Amino acid sequence: MKNVEALLSEKILVLDGAMGTMLQAYNFNEEDFRGTQFKDHHIPLVGNNDLLSITQPDAIYEVHAKYLEAGADIIETNTFSGTTIAMADYALEDHVTQLNVASAQIARKAADDYTAKDPSKPRFVAGSIGPTNKTASMSPDVNDPGYRAITFDELKVAYKQQATGLIEGGVDMLLVETVFDTLNAKAALFAIDELKEELNTDIPVMVSGTITDASGRTLSGQTVEAFLVSIAHIDLLSVGFNCALGADQLKPYVQRLGQQAQCYVSAHPNAGLPNAFGEYDQTPQQMCDLIESYMIDGLVNIIGGCCGSTPAHIQLLAQAATTHTPRKILQDV
Amino acid sequence: MSDPKFLTLSGLEPLVVRPDTNFVNIGERTNVTGSRRFLRLIEQDDFETAVEIAREQVDGGAQILDVNMDEGMIDGVATMQRFLNLIQAEPDIARIPIMIDSSKWEIIEAGLQVVQGKCVVNSISLKEGEAAFIQQAKLIRRYGAAVIVMAFDEKGQADSLERRIEICKRSYDTLVDQVGFPPQDIIFDPNIFPVATGMEEHKNNALDFFKATQWIRKNLPHAHVSGGVSNVSFSFRGNNRVREAMHAAFLYHGIQHGMTMGIVNPSMLEVYDEIPKDLLERVEDVLLNRRDDATERLLEFAEQVKGGSKVKTKNDLAWRSLPLQERITHALVKGIDQFVVEDVEEARQAAKAPIEVIEGSLMDGMNVVGDLFGSGKMFLPQVVKSARVMKKAVAYLLPYIEAAQEGKPEAAGKILMATVKGDVHDIGKNIVGVVLGCNNYDIVDMGVMVPPERIIEKALAEKVDAIGLSGLITPSLDEMVYLVKELNKTGKNIPVLIGGATTSRAHTAVKIAPQYDHTVVHVNDASRAVTVVGNLLKPDSNKKYKSDIKSEYDDLRERFQQRSEHKTYVPLAEAREKRFRIDFKQQSPSVPKQLGIHVLEQPLHALVDFIDWTPFFRSWDLHGRYPEILTDEVVGTEATQLFADAKAMLQQIIDGELLQAKAVFGLFKANSNDQDDIEVTHEHETHHFRTLRQQLLKSKGKPYRALSDYIASKDSGVQDYMGCFCVTAGFGTAELAKEFEARNDDYNSIMVKALADRLAEAFAEYLHKQVRTTHWGYEPSESLSNEDLIKEKYSGIRPAPGYPACPDHLEKETIWEILQVKERINVELTESLAMWPAASVSGYYFAHPEASYFGLGKINPDQLQDYATRKNIPLTTATKWLQPNLNE
Repeated sequence: MKNVEALLSEKILVLDGAMGTMLQAYNFNEEDFRGTQFKDHHIPLVGNNDLLSITQPDAIYEVHAKYLEAGADIIETNTFSGTTIAMADYALEDHVTQLNVASAQIARKAADDYTAKDPSKPRFVAGSIGPTNKTASMSPDVNDPGYRAITFDELKVAYKQQATGLIEGGVDMLLVETVFDTLNAKAALFAIDELKEELNTDIPVMVSGTITDASGRTLSGQTVEAFLVSIAHIDLLSVGFNCALGADQLKPYVQRLGQQAQCYVSAHPNAGLPNAFGEYDQTPQQMCDLIESYMIDGLVNIIGGCCGSTPAHIQLLAQAATTHTPRKILQDV
Repeated sequence: MSDPKFLTLSGLEPLVVRPDTNFVNIGERTNVTGSRRFLRLIEQDDFETAVEIAREQVDGGAQILDVNMDEGMIDGVATMQRFLNLIQAEPDIARIPIMIDSSKWEIIEAGLQVVQGKCVVNSISLKEGEAAFIQQAKLIRRYGAAVIVMAFDEKGQADSLERRIEICKRSYDTLVDQVGFPPQDIIFDPNIFPVATGMEEHKNNALDFFKATQWIRKNLPHAHVSGGVSNVSFSFRGNNRVREAMHAAFLYHGIQHGMTMGIVNPSMLEVYDEIPKDLLERVEDVLLNRRDDATERLLEFAEQVKGGSKVKTKNDLAWRSLPLQERITHALVKGIDQFVVEDVEEARQAAKAPIEVIEGSLMDGMNVVGDLFGSGKMFLPQVVKSARVMKKAVAYLLPYIEAAQEGKPEAAGKILMATVKGDVHDIGKNIVGVVLGCNNYDIVDMGVMVPPERIIEKALAEKVDAIGLSGLITPSLDEMVYLVKELNKTGKNIPVLIGGATTSRAHTAVKIAPQYDHTVVHVNDASRAVTVVGNLLKPDSNKKYKSDIKSEYDDLRERFQQRSEHKTYVPLAEAREKRFRIDFKQQSPSVPKQLGIHVLEQPLHALVDFIDWTPFFRSWDLHGRYPEILTDEVVGTEATQLFADAKAMLQQIIDGELLQAKAVFGLFKANSNDQDDIEVTHEHETHHFRTLRQQLLKSKGKPYRALSDYIASKDSGVQDYMGCFCVTAGFGTAELAKEFEARNDDYNSIMVKALADRLAEAFAEYLHKQVRTTHWGYEPSESLSNEDLIKEKYSGIRPAPGYPACPDHLEKETIWEILQVKERINVELTESLAMWPAASVSGYYFAHPEASYFGLGKINPDQLQDYATRKNIPLTTATKWLQPNLNE
């Protein structure tokens, strides 16, 4: 089987779409979220989507399968909030390793099943590492700008535990995504770098930041270029942007990133901006038309969807991707 | 980044050091080992001012900010993190990359853990051996930072060319080959050591540095060279003239040899071209070790100029023998008006037409002033003095120009300046006017309290290029919004500058800018005004500048709106329930010895000791605390000069009784009610002070304060008391200022106003003391120094309407009503409720020992409605006056 780096030099790879959007359709209730293992947990667990990898593994497999069926080359594990920091809200810190291993194994199985069906189109699993719900370089207290709710070391420990679980569960690469505070991402990259040395592995790492609004900056205030400079010390498979914006708003930032980045470029925007009810109503065709313009302009190597995107969106993207050539990686001078 | 071999750093924005980057300037005032002032602030836990130093560095052009907390008495790890956290919260500081400077690894690592951008570590070396060096370099790499490597190894610091080369080469190879460190992220510090020490082995110290720099740049691909420049002149401590020349010459040669960045104190730096030839020759002889007696010759020269620095003493008239143009420039740069008329006359006789003197000699001189100011080498008071010399020169020439029927010289642009309707404060506006004036802008100054329609009319009639609006009191903010809205209706594209103590970048972006289709810029200090106006009027690039400003403000506005959503407010009823409770029965109110209203006229000399000088320096854009500011490394000289001038004028004012100080105050029976009002009785009449209550959500158990909490309630059955007052030191100010203006002396015109303000504040402080010790008499034995008074160590408070505890200016009307202020001492309220004369202070007295100052913060619509009802005014009126404090 070809490795992902080799494939990326030949074609645009397609990442899957939203997990949360798909899980909504199952209408799981508190009891479903708890399953048998957490039947007696002392606080409510409904809404903890990551937990479903343990309590509703068939549903998670099913969502992965739908995206693979639609043509996704890379699927993301259901581990966006799989750190002790994010799981503290549900008092599930002790189950973080189990959760990451289980999620990685489900995605691994789904990907392997589809690779077996069509060996000419190998499928990959990216271990999703989310931003957590705390920021290391911003104060949550407007009256105390020097205060921080989390430290670099706390983040590093949490990320390292998550990455360890994901690698144990068999992911092909790690995806540090939805980065709205670069310092959080740096802690994740620090942890991964340590882990790679300890495990003597060379697992590829992808980073995807988030431009929060039309200011063109991350939530922590960095420009596209400054964000890139701040994470460029790590050897990355790809760098890109996801979430917060639709494909049309995101495009100029992906373009600026591509002008500077020494590695592959990814983008997985939302299906437009949310409407007044928080729903995304960009149709698959609308989203695909916008993203196809990325491909025509040669901006991307990896493309996919974030909030509001579905297998129908990904299917059109996957079709479009086959007809365009990938962005050329910048050569060292 | 597009070429990976360039050193690239980042704060909120990237910094790329390209081959054509001349020299990267590292801000070094946020270093406790290099700045006594910064150390003092950190030791005193004054992080707010410490952050301002960082901001000054960035505003002054620093491209990297060096932060060092290596001091025995400081907890380096905690302090480094706290300071970095605070500056990371300031987008205009966090913009540039940070240099984390420490000799302790744990402090370096603590710093790396709190900064999101790509930093520079300063520094590591082979001192502790290769293993530790590799370990640290690996971690630095993992944290994503560049590194400064000192030329230091197990045997010691490199002190010869050979040792420098040996250590740098070994460090480089270790980093590149064993750690995989990118070579462009390596910056060498090959040790700058003192020269001219008298010791034979130090003779080549500078030269070896230059040669090592050249060798590194040639043989260690992509690596950079930096250094701490002030070391080189160590043996000339106390002789700034020589030190400044040495630094300039050292930098010049360093850059020639490939030095790419460095730590330099800009106030200890002469301009290379301005170093007198004889001094430069001797300095370079020493630096380049060009002759055996180089040190002796420089020492000899240093003896002659001992004690002198860039600022020559007043009595040194050697410059009078210089050629004419140099004399004119010298007079302008140094602000000496003594000889300017004779010099200008000499120039006039030599010129074909008198106008040429202005366009040639004088403008050449003013351009030097502008450049020095722009590069941070001159300070505001000096520039204002330069303007005084310029005006005097122009005034002398004008009759000749008119006689020759020439036109006025062409100005760089025409700027209208005005303090908006209802506001009387103009010190800041005048300073900006002067600074722009001496940068060759034509200033149309409309004075104070100018109605919006007159500003617009004048702007159109005079075809001005920009409008500068100023205001100090909060209602002026709304005036500005209104004016800009009206200006927009004319459809004319005239950029508007917003300034004054109450204005802010946030207010400008959120409230003013959206009302105008064209450019609105907030200019927070006079030194920025020239750059901003220059950018606005530059024909080729102003479009880009304007659109940059616009997007910056759009961005700010969006963030602001997002931020305000996070704040939570409690309903008024709940806030009242959780008010600040004093047990008045436990500590019963003290009865004033002299109830009723009192009027006094105050001789000024008694007020001098009560002056708080710190704000005086601030009004001149010199930041720092008095008296430390007088010895500050950067502004100390100018502050001392300014202070001497101020003292001299103060003496004149006192001796000549040029200003009159008057006061009226009253002490009354008072009780609060359950609606946050204070009912005051005087001669059987009842008046109400309507106070406002904090509503911003507080942590559990903390009270929501209103001033009425400090007065016993009617229900308590306890009789309580309060006072109110108005003092002024402003009578005579306008006349004096006009006299100076008539003599083209803006410096002293501004000085008079600034002093009158200080005297009014001093009077308020003095009177408060008299009230505490005598008239009310609740602290008869109090004896506090002026310093303690400024720190408000006494018991009781004197909050003033318009200030944080009671931002509502409307209550001034109640004070005027009770005390009959206008009738008794003739201080008036303008339509925006500013006091006239401007140098006046009014407020309340609260005596209870638990009364303390607080900030009201924002209030909710429920309180606004309640306030309007209590005061029996329309909601729209209440909204207008409380606008800045409404949560919307």
